[in-house]
Amino acid sequence: MTADDLGVLGVLRDPVRRRLYEYVVAQGREVSRGEAAEAVGIQRTLAAFHLDRLVEAGLLEAGSRRLTGRTGPGSGRPAKVYRRAATEHQVSVPPRDYRTLALLLADVVATLEADRRAEDAARRAGETIGAAEPPGADLAAVLAARGYEPYPDEQGALRLRNCPFHLAAERQPTLVCAMNLALCEGLLKGLGRDGEVAAVLDPRPGECCVAFRPPPGDEPASKNKNH
Amino acid sequence: MHLAQLNVARMVAPLDSPVMADFVAGLERINRLAESWPGFVWRLKGGGPTGTTPDTEDERVLINLSVWESREALWSYTYRSEHLRFMRRRREWFEPLRQPHLVMWWLPEGVIPTVPEAMERLRRLREEGPGPEAFTFRDFYEPTGERRLERV
Repeated sequence: MTADDLGVLGVLRDPVRRRLYEYVVAQGREVSRGEAAEAVGIQRTLAAFHLDRLVEAGLLEAGSRRLTGRTGPGSGRPAKVYRRAATEHQVSVPPRDYRTLALLLADVVATLEADRRAEDAARRAGETIGAAEPPGADLAAVLAARGYEPYPDEQGALRLRNCPFHLAAERQPTLVCAMNLALCEGLLKGLGRDGEVAAVLDPRPGECCVAFRPPPGDEPASKNKNH
Repeated sequence: MHLAQLNVARMVAPLDSPVMADFVAGLERINRLAESWPGFVWRLKGGGPTGTTPDTEDERVLINLSVWESREALWSYTYRSEHLRFMRRRREWFEPLRQPHLVMWWLPEGVIPTVPEAMERLRRLREEGPGPEAFTFRDFYEPTGERRLERV
């Protein structure tokens, strides 16, 4: 947490601003002023004002894009578009720093090549989390509450827009992504959903490495896809 | 500037043994994926089976040499593609690593690295530690020679 993280997050206190922020974040792509205004049900100029406050605070990033696809004279000014900023903000009162500890421990586990032990621990943690949910709990809602930002993709899989372990996953990707997969598998088991849905490792740039699909889990690194 | 990377790994058994069958079966697809990945520039295609490059001194050691447009391109292929799933099985196929096995360095666009040069970079990393001429994802150096500072 930097000294001003609290100040930055204070910018989200305004309910309209917060709705705009949440809308932009949920799209996972660049959003124009007009689109954001329409989604939140406010005037475009008001939306522009709040969106620019969010950029000043460092919560969103602004760019420009020609929305019509036309170029050259007569195609108009490029529109201002917004997307979530990559910088993390964390506030803990009193100050706590689990992140540094997590990164150090991840390094240690990787050095010891103790990945399997770490995966077992993550799987058990996932089961505990899942078992604590009420019967019939919605998988997407449980994942959303844990910061994964789930969304359904075109193929009917549930994908995760956000990696809650981002920094650790950047530092020790093989370890942390394997742990995350194990945690998600445990979560399904804890929820009693492991027969209907499978957690699979399906990394894509800029997203979480895990996706949820109907079984049987397709493991492309095994023989059955290489005939 | 472009980013070259070399990694070496010693197989637990000869390439044509049953233990290595899944690895061999997946190689072609994973190499195709690399070649189609945004930011891929070049990779060494050796004379071994399935285009592998065995080390001349120890044919159980496989040499992997490639060139990328940026750290981000190489990182995202390595850890944000199907390659990650492939890599999770590395312990079935390769011996534990007792010393650094991967090295990177910058080279001018259009220049193709050679295996002896790459092995020399790895030797340098192993003996002298990371520096602007031989570095890793974790201890990364910019083309200017500056070290990229970690966020924590």
